Amino acid sequence: MAADTSLDKICVIIGASHAGVNVAFSLRREGWEGKIVLFDSDPEVPYHRPPLSKAYLKADDDSQLDLLFPKQNYISENITLCLGKTIVEINKESNQISLSDGSIQKYNKLVVATGARPFIPPIKGIDLASNLFSMRNFADAVNIQKAIISSEEKRVVIIGGGYIGLETAASLRKLGAKVTVLEREKRVLARITAPEMSTFFSKLHQENGVDLLANKNVILIETSEGVNKLLCDDNTTYTADLIVVGVGIKVNTELAENAGLVIENGIKVDSNAKTSAENIYAIGDCTYHFNPHYNRFIRLESVQNAVDQAKVAAAAICGNEVEYDAIPWFWSDQYDVKLQMVGLSTGYNQTIKRIEDNNEKCQSVWYFKDEELLAVDAVNNGKAYVLGTRFIKAKQQLDKEKLMDVSIPIKQTSFLKD
Amino acid sequence: MTKITFVTSDDNSITVEGNTGNVMELAVQNKIKGIDGNCGGVCSCATCHVHVEPKDWEKVGAPSTMEADMLEFDEKVSDYSRLSCQMKVTDAIDGVVLKVAK
Ligand SMILES: Cc1cc2nc3c(=O)[nH]c(=O)nc-3n(C[C@H](O)[C@H](O)[C@H](O)COP(=O)(O)OP(=O)(O)OC[C@H]3O[C@@H](n4cnc5c(N)ncnc54)[C@H](O)[C@@H]3O)c2cc1C
Ligand code: FES
Repeated sequence: MAADTSLDKICVIIGASHAGVNVAFSLRREGWEGKIVLFDSDPEVPYHRPPLSKAYLKADDDSQLDLLFPKQNYISENITLCLGKTIVEINKESNQISLSDGSIQKYNKLVVATGARPFIPPIKGIDLASNLFSMRNFADAVNIQKAIISSEEKRVVIIGGGYIGLETAASLRKLGAKVTVLEREKRVLARITAPEMSTFFSKLHQENGVDLLANKNVILIETSEGVNKLLCDDNTTYTADLIVVGVGIKVNTELAENAGLVIENGIKVDSNAKTSAENIYAIGDCTYHFNPHYNRFIRLESVQNAVDQAKVAAAAICGNEVEYDAIPWFWSDQYDVKLQMVGLSTGYNQTIKRIEDNNEKCQSVWYFKDEELLAVDAVNNGKAYVLGTRFIKAKQQLDKEKLMDVSIPIKQTSFLKD
Repeated sequence: MTKITFVTSDDNSITVEGNTGNVMELAVQNKIKGIDGNCGGVCSCATCHVHVEPKDWEKVGAPSTMEADMLEFDEKVSDYSRLSCQMKVTDAIDGVVLKVAK
């Protein structure tokens, strides 16, 4: 079906980050001739988020923000970027959105790309803590950096041992901080990887001087004269000049929910990124979407998902419907280690770990559900990552005995069944 | 200024100029179709894969181990594959021709 993409049509996008910006540029590629207006409450020209906790945070010089696209590309593609503007309401009956400054913007097509915000756990005293930060946007990274530089003792406690907490720990070590990570679960990265990987990352951080502690549930923060004392439920206490909270996110679904869109663990969309409301699409971290390969609805927090859904939505808006069908992938950089993950490991009942050439820092964990390879986590091992991706996509049956045998090098045909 | 020519999958040839950053960034700035640079240039995604014209291979040079590992089993690999985010824009690569991998 040909869609009306003509000049007088307006596509409005709420959220100008990985998802929102990519849908804007993809719309032009798909032939959208009408107006494109992008809104974000963040005042910065849209940037890559992953480096915030990685390269950007640890750089001691005034390094540049990694822009998603240079400023002039918005001009040349005729994309109107409205930064520092917050949307407070979607009115789907009158096809318009309202801004916090009282102004109104009409749309013919609307894309909700509102992402997520850090979840701040209800710990007693957390609202009065000194130098407490989350890590989601440019301002957070700048504020953490400033606080570290001006702190004499540089004692940092990171609440939460997920990938953002661990990357922040690694980067702050580079800046000379004394870092303690308090994880409530019995291991770090519990939500995203197998115990083998958690063990590897615990050791890596300990070798790099991070005090990494599991089973630590913070229940109280007491602050006086700029110094925080964190109390855990096992009666241990930790002192911090600076606290970084990294315990997960809350999806920004309120706008969509108030407009009456179907919400289910995120904004529910179909395989063309359409929401339950006509002419409204949703993409990125804020969506609950169907993954054909794993045959279930999921919510993802990743650049891959934001970019791939953006392309699908842009195509659908221009009437060239393509189904969203991607294998999730993700990466994390900590010290000299690059972790690359592909697939979804949820539901696995067996893992196979390989260490190449006796080098702990080159390993991979392969997740199986019976005979099906679900996911691969690769540490400094691009080969395992790329080959794993191909095997998962093709639902390739593998010979697990061969995969376990590290004397057999990783090759296209090494692990195939005879 | 360093001149680089990209040939896209639909055989369009586009010559662009730059003097800083990496080749992926230059391609994104110039809207080269097929170069996405999704990981922001940290050798994690391979959405910046190009095939160097054989005559220019010497100028460009071979990939690092990390990059070679990402390329070895890529479905689009050739003998002249590089990840363009790992190539710096410098005088040394002036005039090279890069085909977007397909
Ligand atoms: C520190 C950090 C490191 C990360 N590292 C990795 C990594 O290594 N690899 C990876 O794949 N992913 C990583 N991620 C996750 C990745 O950044 C996200 O998945 C991605 O940013 C999602 O893009 P998005 O556009 O859907 O949402 P977001 O990036 O959350 O953007 C949503 C935007 O919407 C705006 N917005 C929301 N509500 C409103 C409103 N009412 N009015 C106006 N604007 C609004 C927000 O200001 C925000 O800019 C990382 C994230 C962080 C924070
Ligand atoms: S941009 Fe991701 S590998 Fe080059």
